[in-house]
Amino acid sequence: MKYVLKKILSCIITLFIVSLLVFVAFALIPGDPALSRLGTNATEATLAAMRHQMGLDRPLAVRYLSWLADALRGDFGTSYSYSMTVSSMILDKLPITLTLMLFSMILMVVIGVPLGVYASYKEGTVIDRIIQIINQINMAIPPFFSGILITLIFGVTLKMFTPGGFVSINRDPLGFFAYMFFPSLSVALPKCAMILNLLYSSLNGEKKKDYVRTAYSRGNTSNAVFFGHMLKNASIPTVTFLGMALADMIAGSIIVEQVFGIPGLGRILLTSIQNRDYPVVIAIIMLIAMIVIVTNLLVDVLYKVIDPRVGNQ
Amino acid sequence: MKKRKYSFNFILGTVLLALTLIPAIVGLFWTPYDPEAMDVSLKMAGISIKHIYGCDNFGRDIFSRVMSGSAITVVIAVGTVALGSIIGTILGAFTGYFGGIIDEALMRINDVALAFPSLLLALVMVSLLGSGKYQVMLALGIAFIPSYARIVRSEYIRIKNLDYVKSAKLAGASDLRIMFVHILPNAKTVLLSSVMIGFNNAILAEAGLSFLGIGVQPPDASLGRMLSEAQSHLFSHPSYALLTGCTIVAIILGFSLLSKEIK
Repeated sequence: MKYVLKKILSCIITLFIVSLLVFVAFALIPGDPALSRLGTNATEATLAAMRHQMGLDRPLAVRYLSWLADALRGDFGTSYSYSMTVSSMILDKLPITLTLMLFSMILMVVIGVPLGVYASYKEGTVIDRIIQIINQINMAIPPFFSGILITLIFGVTLKMFTPGGFVSINRDPLGFFAYMFFPSLSVALPKCAMILNLLYSSLNGEKKKDYVRTAYSRGNTSNAVFFGHMLKNASIPTVTFLGMALADMIAGSIIVEQVFGIPGLGRILLTSIQNRDYPVVIAIIMLIAMIVIVTNLLVDVLYKVIDPRVGNQ
Repeated sequence: MKKRKYSFNFILGTVLLALTLIPAIVGLFWTPYDPEAMDVSLKMAGISIKHIYGCDNFGRDIFSRVMSGSAITVVIAVGTVALGSIIGTILGAFTGYFGGIIDEALMRINDVALAFPSLLLALVMVSLLGSGKYQVMLALGIAFIPSYARIVRSEYIRIKNLDYVKSAKLAGASDLRIMFVHILPNAKTVLLSSVMIGFNNAILAEAGLSFLGIGVQPPDASLGRMLSEAQSHLFSHPSYALLTGCTIVAIILGFSLLSKEIK
C-alpha cells in the first residue's frame, strides 16, 4: 500500500512538472495570440483590450497559476480559433480516439501474443522461421504505410469497407465500430510485431533456466512446463511492454486517423498546431501526458501484483 | 586465413540499404529529372522506360522525387541522431558521473520525456519551432536527447566505480579527462547500437511528421509527404503509394537487419 501511495505521489509531482514546462514553453514562443486572433488590421487599443481580455497582460507566474487552478477543475480555457471551450472540443472527439486505441490494444494482444507463444513453442521449425520473417518485415512498416496498404487491399481491391466513409457513433453505432476495425488493425500491426518478438525471446530465455530443468526432472510433460511455468514468468516483461505500447499507440492513432479520415483527437491536435491555437495544444498534450503517466502507474502496480518482490528493497 | 561467412540477414540488409541509400546519396547532387519540374502533359503518367516510377499529380518524375526525398530524409535522420546523441551523451556523462540534485531533477524530466512517444514529443517541438526541414531536424534532435542521456548515464554509473577509473583518479587525472578519455570509449558499444536504432526511429518520425503535413514543407520532397499525396490517388495509381512506401520500408528493414548482425 505504501508502495502504491508513493508511486501516486510521484505521478502527481511529475504531472505538475510537465504542466509547468509545457505552459512556460508555449508562453515563451514568439507571436502574439491577440494579434493572430484579431488580424493585422487591429489597432493598438483593441489589441491591448484583447490582451487584457485574454489575460495575457498578467505576469507569467500569475497566468500559470490561474490556468492551473482552472485546469484542475477541468476548464482549459477557450480555443483561439473557434469560440468553443477547449474541454468541450476535446470531450467531443476523445471517445473516437479512445475507441481506436482500445481496439488496437485488443487486436495487438489477440494477434501478437498467440503468435509469439506459438513461434516459441515450435522453435526451430519451418513455421517458426516463417513467422519470424513475416514479423521482421512487419516491424519495418510504419503505421501510416500499413494503413495505406490496408486501404488498398481491403478497401480498394476487396471492397470490404469504404475508405473515408467514417460515420459517427450517434448516427450508426454498428457502422462506426465496423469502420474502426481496419484503422485499429493498422495501429496494431507494427505493435503486434514487437509484442511477438518480446514474448518469443523472453520465452526462449526461460527455456534455459534451472527451474525449467527441475520441472522436467520431476516428470512434468513439456506442455505442462511450457504453459504452466514458463509462460507465466515470460509474461512479466510483456506487461511492462503493454504500458509502453499504449503511449506509442497514441502517436500511431494520430497518424492513422489521418489515413482513414477519422475526426478524432489527432485531427484537432494537428489543426491546432497549424493554427497556433495553443490552449487546445496544451490541453491535448496534458491529456496525453496524463494517460501515459497513469498507464505507467497501473503497470507498476500490476507488476507488483505479479511479482511481489518489486519495490521491497 | 578463414574466409568470413556472411549471414543471410547481413547480405539482405546490405542489398536493401544499397538499393535505397545509393540513390539517396546520388540524389543529393543529381537526379534524372528536376524533382520540382512540373509537366501537365505527364500528369499521373504510368510507369515507362523514361519515367521508371511514373509521374505524380503535377507531372513530376516520381523516381527523381524519391531520390531527393530519401536524401532529405536521410540527412534529417543523420542530423537528428548527431544532435540527440552528442547532447544526450554530454548530459548523460555529467549527470551519471557527478550525480546529485541536478541529476535527480534532470532524470525526473527525462523520465517524463521518455514516456512520451518520440513522434509526439517532436509534434510538440514542431508546434514550438514551426515546420520545415531544419526545424524538423532540431525538433527530432531535441526529442531524441532523453533516450541517449538515459543510456549514457547508466553506463557512466556502472563504469565510474570500476577499478581502472579509481586508479586514473589516483594518478591525478581531471574529472573531464576521466569522463571523456577513460570512460567514454568503454560506453561506445552501447552507444553505437542505440545510434543504429535511433537512426531508424528518426526516419520513421520524420516520415510521420511529413505525412501529417507539419514536417518538411514543399517544394522540398520528402517520402512521408509524397506518401500522403499518393494516398489521394490510391484508387487510380496505387503504384505511386506502393513505390514510395516500399522505399521507407526498405531503408528501415535494411538498417534493422544490419544492426541485428552488428550486435
